[in-house]
Amino acid sequence: MNRRTMGKTLAGLAAGAAIMALGVGAADAQEKLKVGFVYVGPVSDHGYSYQHDQGRLAVEKELGDKVTTTFVENVPEGADAERVIEQLATSGHKLIFTTSFGFMNPTLKVAQRHPDVKFEHATGYKRAANVATYSARFYEGRTVIGQIAGKMTKSNIIGYIGSFPIPEVISGINAFTLALREVNPKAEVRVVWVNSWYDPGKEAEAAKALIDQGADVLSLHTDSPAAIQVAQERGLYVFGQSSDMTRFGPKAHLTAIVDDWRSYYVSRVKAALDGSWKSQDTWGGFKDHMLFLAPYNPALPKEIVDAAEKTRTDIMEGKRHPFQGPVKDQSGKLVIAEGKQATDEQILKMDWYVEGVQGKVPK
Amino acid sequence: MTLLRLEPRGEASRAMVYLTPLIAVALTLVSGFLLFWAMGFDPVKALHAFFIEPVSSVRGVGELAVKATPLVLCAIGLAIGFRANVWNIGAEGQLTLGAIVGGGIALAFYGEGGWWLLPLMIVGGMVGGALWAAIPAFLRIRFNASEILTSLMLNYVAMHLLNYLMHGPYRDPEGFAFPESRLFEADAVMPLLVAGTRVHLGSLFALLAVAGGWFLMARTFIGFQIKVIGLTPTAAGYAGFKQTRIIWLTLLLSGALAGLAGLGEVAGPIGQLNPTISPGYGYTAIIVAFLGRLHPVGILLAGFLMALSFIGGEAAQIALGLPKAITGVFQGMLLFFLLATDVLIRYRLRFGAKTAPKTIAGRAAA
Amino acid sequence: MSADLALIGPVLAAMLTAATPLLFAALGELVVEKSGVLNLGVEGMMLVGAVCGFAVTAQTGSSSAGFAVAALAGAGTAALFGVLTLLLLANQVATGLALTLFGVGLSALIGQGFVGIPIPDVPELNIPGLTDLPVIGKALFGQDVVVYLGLAMVPAVHWFLYGTRRGLILRAVGENHAAAHALGYKVIRIRFLAVLFGGAMSGIAGAYLSLDYTPMWAEGITAGRGWIALALVVFATWKPGRVLLGAWLFGGVTIAQLHVQGLGIDIPSQLLSMLPYLATVVVLVLISRDIARIRLNAPASLGKVFHPDA
Repeated sequence: MNRRTMGKTLAGLAAGAAIMALGVGAADAQEKLKVGFVYVGPVSDHGYSYQHDQGRLAVEKELGDKVTTTFVENVPEGADAERVIEQLATSGHKLIFTTSFGFMNPTLKVAQRHPDVKFEHATGYKRAANVATYSARFYEGRTVIGQIAGKMTKSNIIGYIGSFPIPEVISGINAFTLALREVNPKAEVRVVWVNSWYDPGKEAEAAKALIDQGADVLSLHTDSPAAIQVAQERGLYVFGQSSDMTRFGPKAHLTAIVDDWRSYYVSRVKAALDGSWKSQDTWGGFKDHMLFLAPYNPALPKEIVDAAEKTRTDIMEGKRHPFQGPVKDQSGKLVIAEGKQATDEQILKMDWYVEGVQGKVPK
Repeated sequence: MTLLRLEPRGEASRAMVYLTPLIAVALTLVSGFLLFWAMGFDPVKALHAFFIEPVSSVRGVGELAVKATPLVLCAIGLAIGFRANVWNIGAEGQLTLGAIVGGGIALAFYGEGGWWLLPLMIVGGMVGGALWAAIPAFLRIRFNASEILTSLMLNYVAMHLLNYLMHGPYRDPEGFAFPESRLFEADAVMPLLVAGTRVHLGSLFALLAVAGGWFLMARTFIGFQIKVIGLTPTAAGYAGFKQTRIIWLTLLLSGALAGLAGLGEVAGPIGQLNPTISPGYGYTAIIVAFLGRLHPVGILLAGFLMALSFIGGEAAQIALGLPKAITGVFQGMLLFFLLATDVLIRYRLRFGAKTAPKTIAGRAAA
Repeated sequence: MSADLALIGPVLAAMLTAATPLLFAALGELVVEKSGVLNLGVEGMMLVGAVCGFAVTAQTGSSSAGFAVAALAGAGTAALFGVLTLLLLANQVATGLALTLFGVGLSALIGQGFVGIPIPDVPELNIPGLTDLPVIGKALFGQDVVVYLGLAMVPAVHWFLYGTRRGLILRAVGENHAAAHALGYKVIRIRFLAVLFGGAMSGIAGAYLSLDYTPMWAEGITAGRGWIALALVVFATWKPGRVLLGAWLFGGVTIAQLHVQGLGIDIPSQLLSMLPYLATVVVLVLISRDIARIRLNAPASLGKVFHPDA
């Protein structure tokens, strides 16, 4: 063997090594973490699913070189959910966010079959070694807007449009009412359930009915901006839900409780990337950036905004609790004693109204 | 008059009965290719995701069967009614009531079940669906109220009834007040038929319904009566066939099958009661019934095709990020082609003007 | 109580507007069915109308342009149905349902860029004197123009069907297409025009929702109102005047049950939500008892395939 051939061989080897290195590099590039998201509504709903998708986009933006994301929208909460989650798991997604309560049991079933895949289920209460849960303390926002409502109402009747009587909505109504009556003991809350999360027509009808009954401030726990438009037309006030809805009623929209999953999703994806991910329950509030308030309406007097901001920071710093005793239910029975605060379990299971709410919880 | 026209065939073309679905699928593939391409997606990959990927694993084929099961069960019953001109639009509500009654039995005997529980639930589901269908039947016969309206309205009533139960009596006591029931215990769950899939006993029932539906329509006197009443009600009257009996029979039968479908969902893949049992199976089943030309075997095939288009849409979303909206448009196109090409069974496409103007003969006859 | 009495005006006003989309869609479908065609795709046509109307209004700022385009878009969607069922003789029930699936998807596709955009309001009527009348003034004389247009369509459709020669021919085609054909009437052309009219009316109904009732675009904004409109045609036993009664009944009960909830009356809301549907069934039963009259109204050729040479 002469030097030339020797040289060639070496070159060949080097080239081979280089190719191998390249190959490994390419494989690395392909081995991006695949993150899946399952939405109950369309991403274009500009409400609940839209806000979750904003979280996904934040992940793409911040970690786009290390992850790819996939989403499936409009997934019904019946037999189809398990198949969709399973398809995501089998197609290489290693972290899957299932973003609606009805996906709880399907998520757990799929998680059992795929111990190597990590799951995150929103608003549920069942966990496993590879299933974490997360939700936001939306009721913290309700305390702030309840206080504003108490100062803005003249008729002392507040209209509240509810979707379904689940604890998340009922605890919101209660936190709102407690703060409302703290500043305005004469005020009362009237609730109308539309039995839907998204039916603009029905939400508008409910808003009109409440206004016709004398309500001059509206709060809603449904996802469309229909009630904002009605309030704008009637020259009254309203609080937005899930996202900033100012553009649908610039005069009427006082502020909104905005869901914000961005920082949570980014931090969980980071944890999955660096191996520190573990199953846990996260129930975050203002402090954890899981919700925030949309910009206050310029029409709000400064002292009301200042008071609202103080309430918000007090909640953040733990100086104030939305369910601070004494809290009585509608029958006047003391449920949370003086000096006590509602436990997380009490809030999570809430199915009763506080004093000041008209009507009964539909059961 | 026109360059392209339809000319009736002497008798229905046997070849076209089998050829037209293939023509329709070919047309769908071509136009799907153009649609996906126009929307900026790789058409080959999209079509692959739609039609091949879902059925390229045992689990996938199983999912197809799971999805097709409630569609076929509902459609078989509906088709028998449609043959007799009984327009039951209420399969969705009957399905829901089957789940409410059958699933309610599972909850009532929670913790004290035995081998008898599932059979009892199945009977309960069928009875629940049949009773819900009995309301339109009764109102039609006793008060002459159109079953189209009553059965449709009862769908909404059923939905709200389920909602009420899920927020109240049916709610899981340990479920943090969320609108879901307890998970059914083992005695109350449909056994799986194929390991590694979700194919359950309900799919077997669907096959039995196909066979039973065929037997009823092709081999029994009742089936004959149904067909006669549907084609020529007056002749049926002369023959002494009782229309009221056929209305009762077809509505109760389709209600029971829809109820069985609903029970199959809650005791099968869902495994509990929740407020969203059906993503509109009762309505989709109407399409499936007609797509299958109201014939049980046709319905079986149509059910699978419809299921594939749903599951394929999901696969395309996951694989390519194809929006759900495009899936709907594509599904619509598939159905349009299938329905439109059926014309070739009884008619021929002819180019050029008519040879024998029939209007003169028609005028003379009039 | 005077407070409850004061609610009558607002309830009436809300009832009128809630009934409007049902009225347009049901009157359109009534004409279609009178010609002997059953188009179950109302929901799909409404959605396409809603999104196209919204898109045009969002671009041009003109709601009249929006309504016009919505009518065209509805008619265009209906034309698809017409080609399939009248020219290619496809099954009407299945094609109508497929049209709804198609319309849901198509409207979502078109609407992707229009979610979350506000648009200008449709002007409301204001007749000095009348609109200021106590209790009922605002309800009867202070609505959007489209509401009155919907009301005007009731006598208009009635007059067309029962007072004109063309209406007579259309009904004849719906009763017995073979006889009408033998008499030399162009069955398919007449039916096609009826289907287009039904589509245009559905398109307007959809646009009323997206431009006026809740000025926004959202997927599935019609939320099943197309189905209710279909039911109302049956409810009305194919009579325009009764369509109005049905739409008011349905809309009125819907509004009333929301008021009952707001007043805090202790009935579960889910059960109250059933009331509009139950009320429709109960009233249908009451008015259907006269068998002979209903039979006379239902078009005898409804849903049957027609081919001139068959």
